Amino acid sequence: MKRNFQDGHVRCAGGMIFLALTLPALAQQAGLIPTSRLINPGELVKVLQSSKLEKPLLIQIGSHVLYSQAHIPGSQYVGPSASEAGIEQLRQRIQSLPRGKFIVIYCGCCPWSHCPNVKPADDAMHAMGFTNVKVLYIANNFGADWVDKGYPVAKGD
Amino acid sequence: MKQKKLLIGMMAIAVALGAYFLERSGTTGSRRSLAHGTLAPDFSLSQLSGEQLQLSTYRGKVVLLDFWATWCDPCREVIPRFVDLQNKYRSQGLQIIGVSMDDEPEPVRAFYQRFHMNYPVVMGTAKVGELYGGILGLPIAFLLQRDGRVYAKHVGATDSLVFENEIINLLRN
Repeated sequence: MKRNFQDGHVRCAGGMIFLALTLPALAQQAGLIPTSRLINPGELVKVLQSSKLEKPLLIQIGSHVLYSQAHIPGSQYVGPSASEAGIEQLRQRIQSLPRGKFIVIYCGCCPWSHCPNVKPADDAMHAMGFTNVKVLYIANNFGADWVDKGYPVAKGD
Repeated sequence: MKQKKLLIGMMAIAVALGAYFLERSGTTGSRRSLAHGTLAPDFSLSQLSGEQLQLSTYRGKVVLLDFWATWCDPCREVIPRFVDLQNKYRSQGLQIIGVSMDDEPEPVRAFYQRFHMNYPVVMGTAKVGELYGGILGLPIAFLLQRDGRVYAKHVGATDSLVFENEIINLLRN
């Protein structure tokens, strides 16, 4: 029993050390994205429903399991941008596009301040020279801030 | 007069309980939500070991079903607490089950070993997510009674003391 208790605390301490070491690097700081590069769900819906406004290329940069359950109709899945593989897939998808192309990226996996995907994706796209990129500001998660609002949703791959 | 006061008191308690459970369930809108007392949908999913895990085989235990992912900070932060809770209450009938919403099992395996997770983790699917009302944001945890019914749903980062208090209550029954 005592051994289990000690093991538990050693494990707990080890876990906390790991978190302390890794979380600063993983803190993707979505909050650092300038507000001028954000678009709210309501604004995006207006754009998508307008017959006059330019339609963006919509890219989902979160988990595929979440995408399969619900995503914005017409949006494309490229993979979570928190990983180098995800960023590479994003680069490949947009490489050939004009740098002024209107693109909206979104995730919605987690509360905004915890999203690991939007900041790396936004950084990568700007590093590639894209000038008309917006990041969908999802305060809580895609379920609460998009699906539950009654905005259009598609399912599947 | 006395009966009227009693009736008003009972109605007030009913409203308070309703508000409590509504708040705990945490979801609104068009998605189907699993209400308090609903039988948790059964599923069979692959564990990291490759073996299948069937939720209904844990009937009789208090189950904490944790939808999480390795890339989700609030999910990661609570895992060491869940490991502690599993150690502390295993003998009384607590079973934590992690449902990873990662796309691939490799990072989950690495995380599992690194954090010495002591409860089964299965790889979630969109279908199971939909069965549970849509797992469209993480973390989401369901606490199930021994009879397999939903006792509580927690969306977003939740203090582990909240889980522990609810687990203690359920283990008593």
